[in-house]
Amino acid sequence: MRCDLKKKSSILKSLRTGLLIAISIIVFAYAFQVTNVNFETTRSEVRITQLTRVLRALAKPELVEYDTTEEEISSPFYLPCPDNGEIEGIEKNTNLAYIQTSVICASPKETITVEGFNMPANIKGPINFLAASGVKRQLANFETNSDGYFSVDVVVPTRQPVAEAQYITATIRTTTGLPKWTETAKATWDKIIETVFIALLATTIGTAASIPISFIAARNLMKDSTSTPTSTALNIIGFPLGAYLGYIFSKWIIDLLSPFEKNVFITLIGLIISGVIAYFSLRKGLPSEDIKKPTNSVKIQRFAFIFIAGVMAILSIILFGEFTKLAGEALENLLGPIGFLGYALFQIGDITSMLVPALTAIAFGGVIVSVFNKVGLSLQDNLNTSILKIINIVLSTIAGAILFALVMAVINWFYQFNNPRISLYYPVIIGGFAGFILAVIAKPKHLLPTGFIIYTITRTILNALRSIEPLVMAIIAVIWVGIGPFAGSLALALHTIAALAKLYSEQVESIDDGPLEAIHATGANKLQTIVYAVIPQIIPPYISFTMYRWDINVRMSTIIGFVGGGGIGFLLQQNINLLSYRSASVQMLAIAVVVASMDYVSSKIRERIV
Amino acid sequence: MLEIKNLTKVYEGNVQALDDVSFNVQPGEFLAVIGLSGSGKSTLLRCINRLVEPTNGEVIWDGVDVTKAGPDELRRIRRQIGMIFQHFNLVERSKVLTNVLAGRLGYTNPAMSLVNRFSKKDVEMAYKQLERVGITDQANKRADELSGGQQQRVSIARAMMQNPKIILADEPVASLDPVLAHSIMQYLEKINKEDGVTIICSLHFLDLVHRYANRAIALNAGVLMFDGAPKEIDDVKFKEIYGKEAERVG
Ligand SMILES: Nc1ncnc2c1ncn2[C@@H]1O[C@H](COP(=O)(O)OP(=O)(O)OP(=O)(O)O)[C@@H](O)[C@H]1O
Ligand SMILES: [Mg+2]
Repeated sequence: MRCDLKKKSSILKSLRTGLLIAISIIVFAYAFQVTNVNFETTRSEVRITQLTRVLRALAKPELVEYDTTEEEISSPFYLPCPDNGEIEGIEKNTNLAYIQTSVICASPKETITVEGFNMPANIKGPINFLAASGVKRQLANFETNSDGYFSVDVVVPTRQPVAEAQYITATIRTTTGLPKWTETAKATWDKIIETVFIALLATTIGTAASIPISFIAARNLMKDSTSTPTSTALNIIGFPLGAYLGYIFSKWIIDLLSPFEKNVFITLIGLIISGVIAYFSLRKGLPSEDIKKPTNSVKIQRFAFIFIAGVMAILSIILFGEFTKLAGEALENLLGPIGFLGYALFQIGDITSMLVPALTAIAFGGVIVSVFNKVGLSLQDNLNTSILKIINIVLSTIAGAILFALVMAVINWFYQFNNPRISLYYPVIIGGFAGFILAVIAKPKHLLPTGFIIYTITRTILNALRSIEPLVMAIIAVIWVGIGPFAGSLALALHTIAALAKLYSEQVESIDDGPLEAIHATGANKLQTIVYAVIPQIIPPYISFTMYRWDINVRMSTIIGFVGGGGIGFLLQQNINLLSYRSASVQMLAIAVVVASMDYVSSKIRERIV
Repeated sequence: MLEIKNLTKVYEGNVQALDDVSFNVQPGEFLAVIGLSGSGKSTLLRCINRLVEPTNGEVIWDGVDVTKAGPDELRRIRRQIGMIFQHFNLVERSKVLTNVLAGRLGYTNPAMSLVNRFSKKDVEMAYKQLERVGITDQANKRADELSGGQQQRVSIARAMMQNPKIILADEPVASLDPVLAHSIMQYLEKINKEDGVTIICSLHFLDLVHRYANRAIALNAGVLMFDGAPKEIDDVKFKEIYGKEAERVG
């Protein structure tokens, strides 16, 4: 009985195995067809000669060249043979290099033999027919043997009959002087530097941006963040409101300042004054220690100081942007060869000016959110459940409406419905209804896992971004900022953010919880816990991942030029299209050298740190 | 000063870690918490400063209910409660001094700690605390270069930076050898006697309880089984706390 069962199962088993094998054979057979596998082409003679030629060209990168001198060895020749048969013979110095034709005169299209003697050994060169008119025509190439001798059959060209002697010449080219870099080598050097800097910029920007994101994308830091329905609804209402106010406010200040923005001194003085005021009001508003519980009037006073500090900070950031732009412009002309420092300064100023409205919007949003949070908490503590429930229902209806309207506004931007019913009314109604239902269902004091939701959204966005190939991103960036290294840097930076933020956050998730708990227990808040317990633990893996990414970015930046992203890829693609494989070979060599040395350096640094 | 009322904690997956635990702690007490592994000692200590969110019940600290405190209130409560852990929980890659200073974070302004700045007063205080536990010379070493006993002393110094009114110690000596265990316990005793800091300390060895604690509570599967002087733990009580098969050692 048992034996029988075993047998049955073993038959089943072998059937299954057989089926699996059959399926895999079919899959691979199909794969052969789809991928056009055709080994006949690999043996075709034409293709093999082509391949050989290209490979040989690639093996000889056009790196250096020499100055050459040419010496022409000639021998007189009559075409056609003179009618009277008189030919002036000439004496040849047989101690020097000379050439000898088998006959001294011939008719067009006759084949003659040219021999060379005492030539330099093992050289190649052209054999020309130098007509009386001075026109040169190449007849063949010669190649001397180790004794400096050659013999080549050539066909005499068709020419107008001329009485006097014309010449058959052999050109000896000799290289002189030291090897020089070819133009290709120089261009390659320029572009490889560009390539390395694309990688550098992309890595730096990407790293800087992905560190804060990685904290938001770390489960262990976010999972404990919860908020009450009241605060959540208030936040959803408050942030867009604050951001909008901030945006308006920054525009207003920028307008206000615009009459002075071209004046270096006013901007500088303004920058210093606003900076100092911001610093001191910040110190007043944020006392370094709080032993007792602050009273309400102290709290209001502090808030006022922080508000002044914030406004002054915005002012000084705007002025900083304007000042650096002006200073950069001036320095660019002044500094001459190191004018690029001025250029960099100008760009920094420009980035600052560009970011001001966004920063202000975020700052205002943040302030309103934190104020609303406090309001939400105190409502929570001081109201009884039924009133709170009513408030929650109202707030969350509004919040749902706003949230849906905002999301729909983004979707509408892409699809351009041109229909307020779809882009505004429906989302507001549906969102409001969803918020209403949620608030009705949820217990008013139940905590919502806000942290977990933010974590999930961040992770999803990162995963989506990461699945877009950098080359595709580069294509989009090229459309945005034009062909060139800037597009490549942008694309790589974006991809770096997506990739590093994920790797980093996984590191944050794997840190030791103990210190976190201990620091938390001292009364430290989230920010302090991150600074004192999280960051010290993640520095080594962060550095190691950054090096790893730098490595990848160097590789990527070598080919991002294929789609117009700047760097060496552009040159390489050009040369391949022009079939100049010897030039292309130089670029391939450069890529190999750079990638290999980056690989080495980064692995050394990683070894040091970990 | 500390009242625990009907404290209950149910972890995810329906694990009942604390079951209706109530007791009071008087100022200046040295209270030992005993019980088998898994009986809920760590959970109890962590519920007091809300590192673990209690499911039910109240923790009244100086007349304020910790379980209902908002973030600011909680921060002010936590900074008066020092905590010491079995595995020290130091930030290993940071300097000893930084680890000690971290005890001050509940008082310093969060924005200031972004730039890693402590006032001179705090740094002086940190050196004073290191001196008290006898490792001033290690201040600039990395925490993971220290031995276990030294690390636990650092964590005592860190707790003392908080000017605590109470210290929660979760098996502070369970990963140390007996000699070091006594030395650490003596530091706690000194803090208790000299500074009048109340201490709640979970312990595995009854001889340590007898030697250092002036009161003990015992948990078994989350239920409070005993509350009284350590010497009252007789064989009957012992079997109640640790189960019928248990044998007394040490
Ligand atoms: N985060 C958690 N999630 C789920 N269950 C938990 C968690 N932490 C502890 N528990 C469970 O709660 C119970 C009490 O655990 P606790 O750590 O408080 O015990 P303990 O007395 O400190 O034990 P030990 O002496 O081993 O430290 C145990 O059954 C444990 O498995
Ligand atoms: Mg424990």
